[in-house]
Amino acid sequence: MPFEYLEDLTAADVAFRAEGGSLEEMFAAAWGATLGVIVDPRDLRPRVRRRIRLQDPGLEQLLYGFLEEQLYLKDAQGLLLRLETCRVDRRGGKWRVQATAAGEPADPGRHNLGTDVKAVTWHHFSLRREGDRWQATVILDV
Amino acid sequence: MLPKQIRKVNDTLWEIPRSYKPGMLVPARFYASRALLEGMDEAVFDQTTNVATLPGIVGHSFCMPDGHSGYGFPIGGLAAFDTREGVISPGGIGFDINCGMRLVATSLSFEEVQPRLTELVDRLFSAIPAGVGGKGLLKLKPSELRTLSEQGMRWCLKRGYALPEDLERTEENGCVPGADASKVSERAVERGQQQIGTLGSGNHYLEIQVAREENIFDRDLAAALGIRFPNQVLLMFHCGSRGFGHQIASDYLKSFLQVMQSRYGIPVRDRELACAPFQSPEGQDYFKAMNCAINMSFANRQVILHRIREVFSEVFGRDPMDLGMHQVYDVTHNTAKIERHRVEGAWRELLVHRKGATRAFAPGMAGIPEIYRESGQPVIIGGSMETGSYLLTGVLSGEQAFFTTAHGSGRTMGRRQAKKQFRGQQLAEQMKERGIYVRTASYSGLAEEAGAAYKSIDEVAEATEAAGLSRRVARLLPVGNVKG
Repeated sequence: MPFEYLEDLTAADVAFRAEGGSLEEMFAAAWGATLGVIVDPRDLRPRVRRRIRLQDPGLEQLLYGFLEEQLYLKDAQGLLLRLETCRVDRRGGKWRVQATAAGEPADPGRHNLGTDVKAVTWHHFSLRREGDRWQATVILDV
Repeated sequence: MLPKQIRKVNDTLWEIPRSYKPGMLVPARFYASRALLEGMDEAVFDQTTNVATLPGIVGHSFCMPDGHSGYGFPIGGLAAFDTREGVISPGGIGFDINCGMRLVATSLSFEEVQPRLTELVDRLFSAIPAGVGGKGLLKLKPSELRTLSEQGMRWCLKRGYALPEDLERTEENGCVPGADASKVSERAVERGQQQIGTLGSGNHYLEIQVAREENIFDRDLAAALGIRFPNQVLLMFHCGSRGFGHQIASDYLKSFLQVMQSRYGIPVRDRELACAPFQSPEGQDYFKAMNCAINMSFANRQVILHRIREVFSEVFGRDPMDLGMHQVYDVTHNTAKIERHRVEGAWRELLVHRKGATRAFAPGMAGIPEIYRESGQPVIIGGSMETGSYLLTGVLSGEQAFFTTAHGSGRTMGRRQAKKQFRGQQLAEQMKERGIYVRTASYSGLAEEAGAAYKSIDEVAEATEAAGLSRRVARLLPVGNVKG
């Protein structure tokens, strides 16, 4: 997977770096890294599907909102969702993400559950392009 | 490594002067033994001195003995701001608004509980949802959750989930004034709708504990707080405002970042240190919404207490009051509250931010229940699931730090490191051999909470007493644990 959890940025919580050759790949990696804290994504069956459409003038804010959407769907609808498709573009001065995610409600009997994520933080949050790769660093409050 | 400029004030107090960093308005102070101070990560010093630059800060920017790095403020951070000229900062409260601790006594001895321990823990594990996706037994309509968030534990009392004495023995009587649910987003309500009565995950837990005779520090104080005979069994739990509070914090962090520099000219040193003037529309809106999360969390812990009483009543076939299940106290450790404190001889109204720090009012102070007027406010410091927790009280010398003390033991080992070092299932078996029966929603989560991943709770509690922030009453040892 194009993400790695980082040991040295936080003792109390979880930090990760997500990468991709495109914004879509990097967004998908960041989604996967967040989901991987909560559950082993391989355990999830695609029984329910949700569309995610967000826009923001700032690309960092868009990624923050995108990950926050995962937490919202988890708490409000009880769903743990793997990302299926993801498209990121810029239109009319705003960054947009359009994605679909599929999964099911948490089931302690069948899912290898990890730690719940409370929030995406701005602590050490970064999103940048390094050569031909996009890279983001994120800390999750757990 | 310690900053070069740090100087020793006394054995448990250290200070970094204003000259350390441009913009510091007050010095930064750290309560800790030398060993605890040297164990703090470097970010703690950076974050505590960053807080010292925020407009309107009064006295000092403080860090408690269990301090470790957080977001914006350190965990263990304490800062008071003038209510007219100062700011309010979500980073000074935390995402889990009113994360707190509740302690409940019983009239049962360990000898009476031991034969039923497995059954009790198993039943508590079923009755109180924990971990990812745990849904409470109550599903509230959005309007009902909004009402609850304005009424806190009064809502629980009306619906038969609380006794009047539970409200008396809760900080702020289980409901802070000034909560306005119209300032809470739909998303926050949707996230919290099914979470009343749930523990959550991470370091949240529910424990059955024992007060052994050798672990009572002050017999009279212990008796005043409800610990009256050897091997008495108590229940302690730790949780907060769940997705409801997390979303309120995230919503207002975003709103503050948009106006902090542009509208109010406050430089953004760290985005997690976002703030707005307390008297600004944004500051007031956040305060009203944050108060809703405080109340929601009090109600959450109350519904959990109700379920605990039901479980004990079923298992022992006796009424909860016959089992002596009186609440000792409920403290919040992630809040900002308006309080009056004496600063350099003059009384001032301050907005006191405590993030991973506990209010510890001294004997005789207003704001604590009549039954604790002489003993001082009970303080509950939660340790790791293997090592035990502390009951303490507030003391008069706590005035030096706006009557505040530590909240927990503080992590020293990263979560991933802990998972590499410990195996959850093996840890549960080892704990069982040592007399602690644990049920968990996640074995990997259990491994992350291993005792060795935390500072010594004994050193933290001892440091708070040596520093004159609180007095130790009893050390409580876990025998049963429900882990989120």
